[in-house]
Amino acid sequence: MDPKSLVGTFNKKGQKIVEPEYLLFEAPRTQHFMTGSEVVKEAIRRASIDVSIAYPITPQSEAAALVGELYVEGYVGEYFRGENEFAVMSECAGASFGGARVFTTTSGPGTLRAYENFPMWAGSRLPIVINVMVRGVNSPLSIQPDTLEIGMILETGMLIWHAETAQEFLDFLLASFIVAEEPDVHLPVAVCIDGFFVSHTKDMVMMPPADIALTPYDPYRSPVPCMDMEVPPIRMMRDPFVMKSNYISYATHASWQQEVRAACERSRKHTIRLIGGLIEEENADAEILIVSSGTAVAQGREAVRLLAEEGVDVGIVKIKTIRPFPHQEVRQALRNAKHIFVPEFNVAGWMAREIKACIPDNDRVYAGPHVAGGMTMPPEVIVEEIKKVLSGRKEAVHG
Amino acid sequence: MGNYRVLAGPEAFLPPSAACAGVVLPDPGQAHIHGEIFHEDVAMEEAAKRFLSAKVPTIFPGPMVLWNWNPKSAKKATAIKAMYDELKDHNPGALLIPMPDYRPKYPKINPEIEINPNHPNLTVWHNKIDVCMFVGVHCHQANLSLKIIRGGTNCYTIAMCAMAGHEDAMLSFRDATPDKIWKLVEVIKDVRKSL
Repeated sequence: MDPKSLVGTFNKKGQKIVEPEYLLFEAPRTQHFMTGSEVVKEAIRRASIDVSIAYPITPQSEAAALVGELYVEGYVGEYFRGENEFAVMSECAGASFGGARVFTTTSGPGTLRAYENFPMWAGSRLPIVINVMVRGVNSPLSIQPDTLEIGMILETGMLIWHAETAQEFLDFLLASFIVAEEPDVHLPVAVCIDGFFVSHTKDMVMMPPADIALTPYDPYRSPVPCMDMEVPPIRMMRDPFVMKSNYISYATHASWQQEVRAACERSRKHTIRLIGGLIEEENADAEILIVSSGTAVAQGREAVRLLAEEGVDVGIVKIKTIRPFPHQEVRQALRNAKHIFVPEFNVAGWMAREIKACIPDNDRVYAGPHVAGGMTMPPEVIVEEIKKVLSGRKEAVHG
Repeated sequence: MGNYRVLAGPEAFLPPSAACAGVVLPDPGQAHIHGEIFHEDVAMEEAAKRFLSAKVPTIFPGPMVLWNWNPKSAKKATAIKAMYDELKDHNPGALLIPMPDYRPKYPKINPEIEINPNHPNLTVWHNKIDVCMFVGVHCHQANLSLKIIRGGTNCYTIAMCAMAGHEDAMLSFRDATPDKIWKLVEVIKDVRKSL
C-alpha cells in the first residue's frame, strides 16, 4: 500500500497521518522547555516507528528509556533491549530487512562496539535512523562529550547529520526518516548531537502537535529486494562473489560500494528541501570565519559577539551534514575568507581536515582550538586563538 | 551540474559513479540525457532514435516486470513486449533478454538467455549489444550494472526507472508507469515513420 494513501487517516493512537512537509513546515507549533533526550521521545512519538531496540550507555540511556515509555503507551510497534550494542545494531538490521521503520540510539564506546554493523547497514541500503549522542571514546574511560566518534564513522556509508540545538535535533530526527527512505537514497542516517550539552540541558523547542504523525515506511520503494536467502545482499554473504577471485567479482564489490556513496550524494537534494540547506551562514562575507558543526558553532557564535565588541568582524559557517560533506557550499562560503578557524570538541581535528580537503589555499585554515574529554570550550578560548593568529604569535596548523 | 558527462564507454577500469561526479537525478516530468536534464518528451525521442539506429537494440526486463506479482507489473510487461515487437519489426536483430534474478551464478551465466547485473558485460559483449534498456530492475542493482557496462563496453544504456531514475545510464526516465512505457512505444513508431 502506498503510504501516501494513508494521509488523512488515523493510526491506532488516534494520530492523523500527515505529509512530512506539513509536519515539518506547516503544522502549528507550541513552545516547550525540554532536554535533548525528551526531544527524542517527542520526535519518535510523531515518527510512526515500527521497531526500536535499546541498550543502556551514557549519555543516550535516558532517550532510549523514554522511547520505551512510548512503546508502553502504544506509539512504537516493537521495543526491546538487545544483549549489547553489536546485537542491537544487528537486530535493527533484521527489523529493517524485514520492512520496518527502525530507530535506535547509541553513544561513544557503544558506537564502536556496534561499528561493524554500520557499513553493513549502508551496504544493504537499510534506512535505519540512529541517534548518536557523542561522548569520549578513550581510555581512561570518559562519559563526557567529545566528537571523536563522528570522525570514526565518517566512511561507513551512512548519512551523518550534526545538530547544534534541541530544536535542530527535533527537526533533523523527523526529516531524517524521510530522506533515509527515499528510494534513490535508502541509507541509514546518524543524527548526531553533542552528549550532555544537548542531550541533558533544557532548551526551548517549538513542537508540532502530538496528534499528527509521519506517513509510515513503504518497504516496496526499496532499491534492493526484500530480504531473501537467494538474492543479494544476503546471497552474496554466503556465496561466491564474496570469495571468488576474479575481476568481475572485484568490480561488482567496488561498484556496490560506489553505489552506496552515490546514494549518499543523492541525499543532498532531499536534505536541502527538508532541513533548509547543508550549511548555514552568518556574516560569511567577513574575512575571518569560524567554521564547525554541533555545539562548537554555538560557542563560536558567542566568540563572534565578543570579538564584535572589540571591533573585529567575524562570520560563522555551520556545517549541518557531515556526510554528504557540503563541498560545494563550503567552497563557496569560504571563497573570500582570509582566516578560517575550526573549533572542535575532539583532539583529532577531523572537521578541519574535511574543510582543508575541499578548499583552495587551505593554509587559510587554522585547526583549532581543540578541547576534548568533556572539557567545555569557553568562547574566550576561541577569541584568544583568533587573536594569537592575527597578531602573528601563532602559525597556522597545517594538517 | 559539473562537467562530467555520462557517455558510452569503455570508460575506465573502475569508472566513477555519476552521482559522485556531480550528476543530479531529474525531477518528475524530466529525464536526463548524458547527465543533462531535459523534458521527458525530448528524452523519449532521443531514446527512440538510439533504439532505431542500433545494430542490436536490446531490452533487459528485470524481476519486477518479469514476475506477475501485481497487476501493474503485468501491464508494464505487456507494454515492454509491445516495444520489443516494434523494435524487432524494424530490426530483426533486436533482442529481449531477461534479468530473472540477481543471484551470482557460477561458473558463468549463459549470455544468450539472460543477463545478471553482477556480470552484465558477458551478455553485452557476447551478443554485441550496442543499445540497451533496463526496466523493472531494482535501483541499486540497475546502477551497479549500468556502471559496469559503462566501464567495460561501448553499449549505450537507457533506464526506464519506476523510481527516481539512474545517473549511471546514458539516458534515464523516472516514475515509469505502464502508460509511460506505452508512450515510448508510440514515439518509437512515430520516429520510425519519419526515418
